[in-house]
Amino acid sequence: MSPEKMVHMANQIAIFFESQPGEGQAEKVADHLNDFWEPRMRAQLLDHIAAGGEGLHPLVLDGADKLRAPA
Amino acid sequence: MKDFIIPDDRDMGTPARQGAPVTLTVDGFAVTVPEGTSVMRAAAEAGLQIPKLCATDSVEAFGSCRLCVVEIEGRRGTPASCTTPVAPGMVVRTQSDKVRKIRTGVMELYISDHPLDCLTCAANGDCELQDMAGMVGLRDVRYEAPQSGGLTNHFEARSGGEANPQWMPKDDSNPYFTYDPSKCIVCSRCVRACEEVQGTFALTIQGRGFESRVSAGAMGDDFLSSDCVSCGACVQACPTATLQEKSVIELGTPERSVVTTCAYCGVGCSFKAELNGDQVVRMVPYKGGKANRGHSCVKGRFAYGYAAHKDRILGPMIRESIDEPWREVGWNEALEFAANKLRGLQEEYGRRSIGVITSSRCTNEETYLVQKLARQVFANNNTDTCARVCHSPTGYGLGQTLGTSAGTQDFDSVEQTDVVIVIGANPTDAHPVFASRLKKRLRAGAKAIVIDPRRIDLVKSAHIEASHHLALRPGTNVAVVTAMAHVIVTEGLMDEAFIRERCDWDEFAEYAEFVSDPRHSPEATEALTGVPADELRAAARLYATGGNGAIYYGLGVTEHSQGSTTVIGIANLAMMTGNVGRPGVGVNPLRGQNNVQGSCDMGSFPHELPGYRHVKNADVRAVFESLWGVEIDPEPGLRIPNMLDAAVDGSFKGLYCQGEDILQSDPDTKHVAAGLAAMECVIVHDLFLNETANYAHVFLPGSTFLEKDGTFTNAERRINRVRKVMAPRSGYADWEVTQLLANAMGGDWSYDHPGQIMDEIAATTPSFSGVSYDLLEEVGSVQWPCNEAHPEGTPLMHVDGFVRGKGRFIVTEYVATEERTGPRFPLLLTTGRVLSQYNVGAQTRRTENVIWHEEDVLEIHPHDAELRGIKDGDWVRLNSRTGDTALRARATDRVSPGVVYTTFHHPDTQANVVTTDFSDWATNCPEYKVTAVQVSLSNGPTDWQEDYAAQAARARRILPAAE
Repeated sequence: MSPEKMVHMANQIAIFFESQPGEGQAEKVADHLNDFWEPRMRAQLLDHIAAGGEGLHPLVLDGADKLRAPA
Repeated sequence: MKDFIIPDDRDMGTPARQGAPVTLTVDGFAVTVPEGTSVMRAAAEAGLQIPKLCATDSVEAFGSCRLCVVEIEGRRGTPASCTTPVAPGMVVRTQSDKVRKIRTGVMELYISDHPLDCLTCAANGDCELQDMAGMVGLRDVRYEAPQSGGLTNHFEARSGGEANPQWMPKDDSNPYFTYDPSKCIVCSRCVRACEEVQGTFALTIQGRGFESRVSAGAMGDDFLSSDCVSCGACVQACPTATLQEKSVIELGTPERSVVTTCAYCGVGCSFKAELNGDQVVRMVPYKGGKANRGHSCVKGRFAYGYAAHKDRILGPMIRESIDEPWREVGWNEALEFAANKLRGLQEEYGRRSIGVITSSRCTNEETYLVQKLARQVFANNNTDTCARVCHSPTGYGLGQTLGTSAGTQDFDSVEQTDVVIVIGANPTDAHPVFASRLKKRLRAGAKAIVIDPRRIDLVKSAHIEASHHLALRPGTNVAVVTAMAHVIVTEGLMDEAFIRERCDWDEFAEYAEFVSDPRHSPEATEALTGVPADELRAAARLYATGGNGAIYYGLGVTEHSQGSTTVIGIANLAMMTGNVGRPGVGVNPLRGQNNVQGSCDMGSFPHELPGYRHVKNADVRAVFESLWGVEIDPEPGLRIPNMLDAAVDGSFKGLYCQGEDILQSDPDTKHVAAGLAAMECVIVHDLFLNETANYAHVFLPGSTFLEKDGTFTNAERRINRVRKVMAPRSGYADWEVTQLLANAMGGDWSYDHPGQIMDEIAATTPSFSGVSYDLLEEVGSVQWPCNEAHPEGTPLMHVDGFVRGKGRFIVTEYVATEERTGPRFPLLLTTGRVLSQYNVGAQTRRTENVIWHEEDVLEIHPHDAELRGIKDGDWVRLNSRTGDTALRARATDRVSPGVVYTTFHHPDTQANVVTTDFSDWATNCPEYKVTAVQVSLSNGPTDWQEDYAAQAARARRILPAAE
């Protein structure tokens, strides 16, 4: 998928969890991505983060270390 | 061949009642019935039939024919048994010289004005007038028309050499049934069925006395031009051949019948397929069906002709490339070709390079096998289903808040509702039989709140009017729902006791603080949503304080960037008002397709095994691993939009798509086409060469619901049997085809009957553990969960506690969609369905239903039309950032200024060429319901439409079979 579309989709998730009260939003974003994004989508996201993560919401970046790297 | 034995299906004369037991005697037999029951029904309960003509148990008693008179000890005269309620100790005699004489006299008068052409009449053998003449012993008709003219009869076209002014010709304007006034006995059962059962009020009795006639619509209307929606309730109610199915006129009366389930929408109506041999004569709604209670709509009742349509492809076909014509081959060759391709792709591009799309139109058993094919044989989780593009946000939203994605009620629940919110759903078109049940309740006094950009029929139509219509701007659902919560919380209208007992109080407190912020008030959001604040406040108050409050919603909620958030907001509203866990309330997603609930239940989603259990859970995988003998991939698979993206990227290469036309139904047609074109093996398993098949390499012929056994699960979680009434025309039922494909790839499956598949589902899936075909034969249908705790299923969910334990409130912040209007695209397009058509129209376009909807049209407000110089019926071009198409305009104030609307039933229009690939944040459910567009005058189809049609024609070529 295009990087713009991927960034948009990841940011949509981050924006939802950002609005939630309490702690651990970045982890919730990562959990959601781990639960619903297929490995090659997560791989693309991780590559994008490794390349600087342009355009990504801070919560996506903060949760990056919780993102499960595809086997 | 063993048919299901249809349980007692007699006409009891008048509707059932609920009430305290009352005991009486009828002809010496004691019988106990609920208070309010008619004497006629009490007699029927005792097994004694009282002659009747104007009474039938689908409508209230009318007391006009006087055939059902009885004698009651201690009462004067001969009361009509249909209108006389039972009383304790009543002593009724249904037979006596006195009543026999009255009945014969009544019958004699009826027959004096009825043609005696019984042997050649279409209702011969299925005519209540005939039966009653026999039952009362009518032997002679003494009345004749006077020689001098004057009062004559209604059934002779000419009388005494003169044209008979009372005679009226047959009205055969409706494609499915005829109205023959000459056979009418003016019992008015049709009129009452149209009013009471269907709620359309299209029929009336015109004139008085001898002049009385059944009339459709206004003066000058025929059935087709009237308001009639062709639901068939009048035909069903008619005791004679006056209203008669054309299929019965053509084929004769059926001699056998099989109870089965409609294959159209998510209401899941039960029908009797009535047949001669394997020829379907008619489909008749089954009174024992717990979803429909004997009612039907034009699709299920009449639109089954596609099953025998000439377009059906009955043998497999293959081709190396989509530029080539199709080559007809045998099953073995096709399956070997497909299996080799798929295995080859996995070897070359990896295990996860292929996947499946299960069908929400196929049975549970078939869907289970298709996802099993992916998980066991393909060894990946690349399985998805059309619910991705409709109710996947329901799965997420209700799962997070209540603990299960299931709708909370049964359809019967609507009979106890006091206030109903219908949001983003148009039941009179998309779930017609449920709409009839809802309208009946509204006529009885329940209040309605409609939240929809369009003025749908539920806002105002015959004898119903919504208390509030919140005509919001498309895309602002979350703001509206949150503003309603704001009103309820800040005005203290919530049910605190319920929340404290049943929900997590701290989470509620956080939610209450969030919604109480003045920025969520209706006054603050009015400019954004377009909903007047006082109207929204009144609606919120009504829902919170009006008694049993039920919310019904559809794809107008889910198909948005914030679809899941709106579902969460709806669940919040229900929880905070205590409207969960009893009859008459609840959160009720109206599911689009016949088995979309079932396809989700069966593990069609790429992250969930059957029963909504995430693939990451090792204990759940272990259940299937031990049974299937393989290791199951713990990673979620690709969803449909992800499959298409991955295809364009070159990592997804092969797809087995069963009973689903993604090219027409999914958003951004050009992107879907690009994805399909990039795949090396697309297998379409369908009844017809659908649009997706234009890009397919293998075509496997499908079977209709008439040709196989199985189950469908409707929107109320009801598992209904589908029964085979004829052999599959292609030779195999769909579940057999999937099994053949699996075995061609080394699957080693050996199912002989879908019942065995259900046994496997029950053995692996806790919410189905009690389900078996034996149970379904016994009780008719069950609503899951059906297990040890609920051996006969679960009509109401969350009765003593939420499935997840404590109900969970989740904050619902409104986030505007990226799809915005601007100077180039100033209007918002939203899409939907019409009554006569179903989804992509593959089935209904191949029936006479096209008479009601020949083409998709664009609804546009007269103001917006005038600004653009557009008149009703003009060709217009519809442009978005994604694409353009052309169709005809209809100027109507059903849509608000700034909003346009169309349907997606016709591939020539391809409404989805303009929709975008924005999607729900949680589930990737596409945002069909909001597209910024421009509309302008046009000469006809766009270049894109012409190119598309040319490509489709090329792709559908079939080589003549080799000799």
